[in-house]
Amino acid sequence: MTPAGSLLLIAVVLTDFAVLATSRLSTGIRTIGLQGLLLAALPVALHPAWSLHTAALAVGTALVKAGILPRFLNWAIREANVRREMEPLIGYGASVLLGAAAVGVAFVVAPALPLPDGRGSLLVAAALANVLAGLLVLTTRRKALTQVVGYLMLENGVFVFGLTQTEQVPFLLELGVLLDVFVGVFIMGIVVFHINREFDSISSARLEELKDI
Amino acid sequence: MILALILIPALGAIGAYAHRQVAFRTAWLVTVAAVHLGLVLVAWNAPPQPVLGGWLAADPLGLVVLGVVSALFLAASCYAVGYLRRENPRGGRAFVTCLLAFLSAASLVALSQHLGVLWVGMEATTLALAPLIFHRHDRRSLEAVWKYLVLSSVGIALALLGTFFVATAQFAAPASDRPLVLADLVRHAPSLHPSWLKAAFVFLIVGYGTKMGLAPLHSWKPDTYGEAPSLVGALMAGGLTSLAFLGIARAVQVMAAARLASFAEPALIAFGLISLVVAAAFVLGQSDLKRLLAYASVEHVGLLVLGLGVGGAGVYGTVLHVVNNALAKGLLFFAAGNIALATASSQGPVRGLSRALPRTAALLVVGLFAASGSPPFGPFVSEFLILRAVLDQGHLFLGLAVIGLLLLIFAGMAKSILGAVYGEAPAGLSREVEDAWVLAGPAALATALLVLGLYIPPAVGRALLQAATAMGGHGP
Repeated sequence: MTPAGSLLLIAVVLTDFAVLATSRLSTGIRTIGLQGLLLAALPVALHPAWSLHTAALAVGTALVKAGILPRFLNWAIREANVRREMEPLIGYGASVLLGAAAVGVAFVVAPALPLPDGRGSLLVAAALANVLAGLLVLTTRRKALTQVVGYLMLENGVFVFGLTQTEQVPFLLELGVLLDVFVGVFIMGIVVFHINREFDSISSARLEELKDI
Repeated sequence: MILALILIPALGAIGAYAHRQVAFRTAWLVTVAAVHLGLVLVAWNAPPQPVLGGWLAADPLGLVVLGVVSALFLAASCYAVGYLRRENPRGGRAFVTCLLAFLSAASLVALSQHLGVLWVGMEATTLALAPLIFHRHDRRSLEAVWKYLVLSSVGIALALLGTFFVATAQFAAPASDRPLVLADLVRHAPSLHPSWLKAAFVFLIVGYGTKMGLAPLHSWKPDTYGEAPSLVGALMAGGLTSLAFLGIARAVQVMAAARLASFAEPALIAFGLISLVVAAAFVLGQSDLKRLLAYASVEHVGLLVLGLGVGGAGVYGTVLHVVNNALAKGLLFFAAGNIALATASSQGPVRGLSRALPRTAALLVVGLFAASGSPPFGPFVSEFLILRAVLDQGHLFLGLAVIGLLLLIFAGMAKSILGAVYGEAPAGLSREVEDAWVLAGPAALATALLVLGLYIPPAVGRALLQAATAMGGHGP
């Protein structure tokens, strides 16, 4: 692991805390864009030998995760007149504490899953921490739009882990994954837009007409 | 040949968008579906050569799933002709396009031998159906599509992590120039890294299990099936679940080859049993027909993983049950669709179908008995095989519990469905719904279910046997 790589991974985990701690939706979206930018730099930092593959991956990631998606989410906030708060189900302090617990779990579990070429467990830990933090945001935030942010964090965690596979997994596949995420978030954004028009506020807590219990 | 199976529906999806008139689009849909089924039959007859360096190939398990999805899709397209004449769902032109995009993605899933390509196809099927759920401009369908999107996307993201874990487990095996390709994974399975493989299995079963709707990961299912148009419900309950099952089956194939079946089996059995319990609890007292069918779907996907979990002849029963489940769910959802078309203008519970819609009522009752595993229909054979395997493996209490739960579910379903069939028909039920287009599909599925209950064609039997053997099972 190069020092730059370690630094980037730690920065990625720190951005998770920034999302957990903020009360403003726009800050959350900006942070997730920043996280996308850090992720775009990761392939270059982890594989110092330049290749077309890593370069294309970095550019594609920056474009989708740091460029188009945050802009699109900001557009949805503006157009649909969403209130600018996160509206968590639990307090921000508790969110951060739970996030810290999640990171702790990730660092405890990671050494049990050794990467074969001895690249250290930081990468695995960072990936798992991101996945857990994403799940935390998904379950404790009420707004549909914040759930999209949580989904992006989760997906970013998977992406970090995927970087261990860049030599193995061909470019075509990464393209497919990136495209799927893009289309998925796009459709979610459109649904969010309709939810707001229909319910006057983008809150998934209001979505409880369909119930059996 | 293999590429044609994927590309023809994809091109058809684009072509459908170009047509302005509904009649053209539906004719186009039926044509593409028929061509696709024809190609699938050719592939059944003579398995085509693998393409793209072995990434895509037609193996027996994939062919079984592809065949049943393609047949169900043709029935759904015929149904769509009748449906789109009466209803005008939101999105108009996109409706047929999304259906064909689903068929293309489904073919990609069924034919992929590469776990990464499988994932890409699986995500594409999820996304292709999402706009179809949101067909009415109201809160309920919005809520349904939101739950479906969020839960499926999270599930599928976890499955991607599982896929990456499999690739990592492969580091320990002899170097392969085709990472994540199933044949290579199985060949070198004993030298895959066991703890990575176990972690991968956990993520894959949770990920694809969410998509399949195994309890307790099923919470999106009743809402989505309840709100989606019936023909989309048929494709989800019959097609999407079979594809997600294929994802889990691929993981089981690797686990069985790696001699880690003892790790996989308890998890599969637990998911199966929980699904049956949840289905039994919610089927009783469920009055909405489509939500009832959703819980029946939870029951049947539970049976699928249960059969995989007990192994032996249960695996053969499971593969057969994939076929039966898809046909039975298609039949029930199409019948439910006819009722929805007829009751569009009336309120209150549905009653008196036997007088108002006699043919639909007959199909519904056939579907009820078929889906609950009564002879002489196909699901009886497959459920019997799974149950016998449970008892053969010495799980006496599990077997008794399964029998009890199946009876409870049958009682719950029979109560609601028969309640709707008999009684006095309310006013405002439009009787002109039943035409050839909306009856042909379900009638064909009912016939297929009857045939499969009495006789399994040798070609199908061979494919089922090979598929079961690949997952570490054996024939009955």
